[in-house]
Amino acid sequence: MADLSLGSAHGDTDTIRDAYLAMARTKRMYGGILLIVFVALMTSGFMLADSRNAGGFWDGILNIFQFPGEVVAEAREKAALLPGLMIEFLPSLIETLNIAAAATLLGAILAVILSLLATRGLAKFPALISPVRRAMDVMRAVPEIVIALVLIFILGGGPVPAMIAIAIHTVGALGKLFSEVNENASLKPVEGLASVGATWTQRMWLGVIPQVAPNYLSYALLRFEINIRASAILGFVGSGGIGYDLKNAFSWGQGRYDEVAAIFLLLFLTIVFFDQLSDHYRNKLVGRG
Amino acid sequence: MTITDSGVTTDLRRDIDTLFRGKRIAAFAVPAVLLAYFTYVFFAFDLPGLAERARMDNAAVLVADSYSYKTHITHDNRNGGTSIAVEGERKGTYPEGMTPDFVTMTGPDTARIALTDGESAVIDGASLVYSVPDYGDILVRVEGREIILETPPGPLPDWISASSARIDITGEGGRAIVTRARAEVYRYSFGWELFWFTLDSPFHGKSPVELASLALSRDRVEPDRSNLSAIASDVWNNEMWRHKDVLWAIFETILMAFLGTMGAAIVALPMAFVAARNFNRLSAVRFAIRRVFDFVRGVDGLIWTIILSRAFGPGPMTGALAILITDSGSFGKMFSEALENVDDKQIEGVQSTGAKPLQRYRFGVIPQVTPVLLSQVLYYLESNTRSATVIGAITGGGIGLLLTQAIITQKDWEEVSYYIFLIVLMVMFMDWVSGVLRRRLITGGGDA
Repeated sequence: MADLSLGSAHGDTDTIRDAYLAMARTKRMYGGILLIVFVALMTSGFMLADSRNAGGFWDGILNIFQFPGEVVAEAREKAALLPGLMIEFLPSLIETLNIAAAATLLGAILAVILSLLATRGLAKFPALISPVRRAMDVMRAVPEIVIALVLIFILGGGPVPAMIAIAIHTVGALGKLFSEVNENASLKPVEGLASVGATWTQRMWLGVIPQVAPNYLSYALLRFEINIRASAILGFVGSGGIGYDLKNAFSWGQGRYDEVAAIFLLLFLTIVFFDQLSDHYRNKLVGRG
Repeated sequence: MTITDSGVTTDLRRDIDTLFRGKRIAAFAVPAVLLAYFTYVFFAFDLPGLAERARMDNAAVLVADSYSYKTHITHDNRNGGTSIAVEGERKGTYPEGMTPDFVTMTGPDTARIALTDGESAVIDGASLVYSVPDYGDILVRVEGREIILETPPGPLPDWISASSARIDITGEGGRAIVTRARAEVYRYSFGWELFWFTLDSPFHGKSPVELASLALSRDRVEPDRSNLSAIASDVWNNEMWRHKDVLWAIFETILMAFLGTMGAAIVALPMAFVAARNFNRLSAVRFAIRRVFDFVRGVDGLIWTIILSRAFGPGPMTGALAILITDSGSFGKMFSEALENVDDKQIEGVQSTGAKPLQRYRFGVIPQVTPVLLSQVLYYLESNTRSATVIGAITGGGIGLLLTQAIITQKDWEEVSYYIFLIVLMVMFMDWVSGVLRRRLITGGGDA
């Protein structure tokens, strides 16, 4: 009797083990196939990109330090001039920061309104939830450069096209994040306010915004940091700010690399500064660290 | 008792009063600061001057061009002969003997053009008559070195601009420009011209039904290949819209984003282990790696792109490497944070079975962090599709390059709107793909 039960238990574990091993095998096989597909995609993609590039990868990798080397050498030669140059480029840097700040503010204000309109349970016009969301999707999908270049054609150069372009993208990006935050907001204060006859604006302003403001601010700070980078890039492609100066200094070529170095340094310090600042305040706002 | 009680309430009252006063001040100060900042920006960005600089006529051209096209009917005043070309481009020129239905040619130098809104124009040798229903006929003649303009009596309307070298008539339904060298009439039509077939294709001007029946029929339009392949190849090799190049450019952009994002993740993962507190006890090494992450992120994609395009030249490889380098910093930081939050119990469990360190990582750590890391990588994949467009505009690769080229010419706005449409579609597609993958891989247990 004991023998029998032991034997059947033995058989059970055997089947369980077999099933487990079979499952592990198929799992490993799927994992292996996925890995092979991934590696194949990466290598073929790499070869394709390499073949369509003007300069090959293996030629390029050898002189990757050539240009930074030239810049550093020239900057070291004219090291005494660097602080002066950095002060000279300070106004453009401020313009770049202003573009980012104004765009973030404008974008965030619009994003708050749109996100409230796009959140189930809070929206003033429930029928509009889906159109507002699609509109935000489109705004998020359009790269800033597209809007900036088109606006430069109409408005001429300067900081305004870049500001509008970044603001539009910010509305889309922040709007989505904000509406996710709104969905987690408690509805009790809103209902309380509704019971005393508050209008929609009052309900949102007094019932929702105080709950979500720290998260809003945290996302907006992160966005501000991203927008500084975007603003520098847009300057390089078309309008105002430090990116434009960088492009000019760069196109002068050798002999002006001290300017390039000064701008690189300014940009680097600014980005690191705002990166650390936004990191610090975000941790504080959402109660981490 | 009552005294102390009231003392407490007055204290409380005072506290509350200060609190409320502070809140009230904040409630006014924040908007005031914002307003002050916007006022500053208003003047710093010279918004009052913007109204002057803004070229609303450019905007009108842009909007009109993005949904309509114009056909140029040009008479060469020096050598004679008339040519008809879509957008005045060589590849859109009508071959000899073929005219659009609004042009009637009665000789090499005479053309009658029906414009929209009841207007019409007649080119006859060196003279052009432009008829406007409520105004009358405008006659422009080129005689030797002079251009003579004859209009109905009355002052010259502002839609006709005349100088000794050039007459420009901008009507409601068309436009005519006469110089000594040539007389040109533009006719505007709705739509994107020659989007599927160029004029030299035998399939030009066929309706979808005709095309479908042609594709199924056995009689070959071109003897050496089937109709279906001829149709496909004519669309694919369309010189006006360059579908082949555009699709390649889109593919290149996605390739840049894919290679860059995945490459960055592969580079960042081992480095993140070194930078995580619970996997590396050497704080000096940890510190150094973290500063490397900060440096790479701080240098910014723009500067990396410039440096790399110097070494590698324009193309998708440069863009992919720029994304790879910038994002390995971001990934390194995020991955190491995720690794610091792993649960030690699972690692200890694996260790208790006698697993070696590498096995401990493989079976104790990787399954825990995979969902988090994958979701971050996939999110970046979508956002990098957008970055790849911008980087492409800087280094010269992908759809970003095509877009900037089309914008710089300042006339192919229909192509610009086509590219913008495709870019938005591409980003939304990547958004969707990354969302689907995220849901699949993360809720599916995260074993990849």
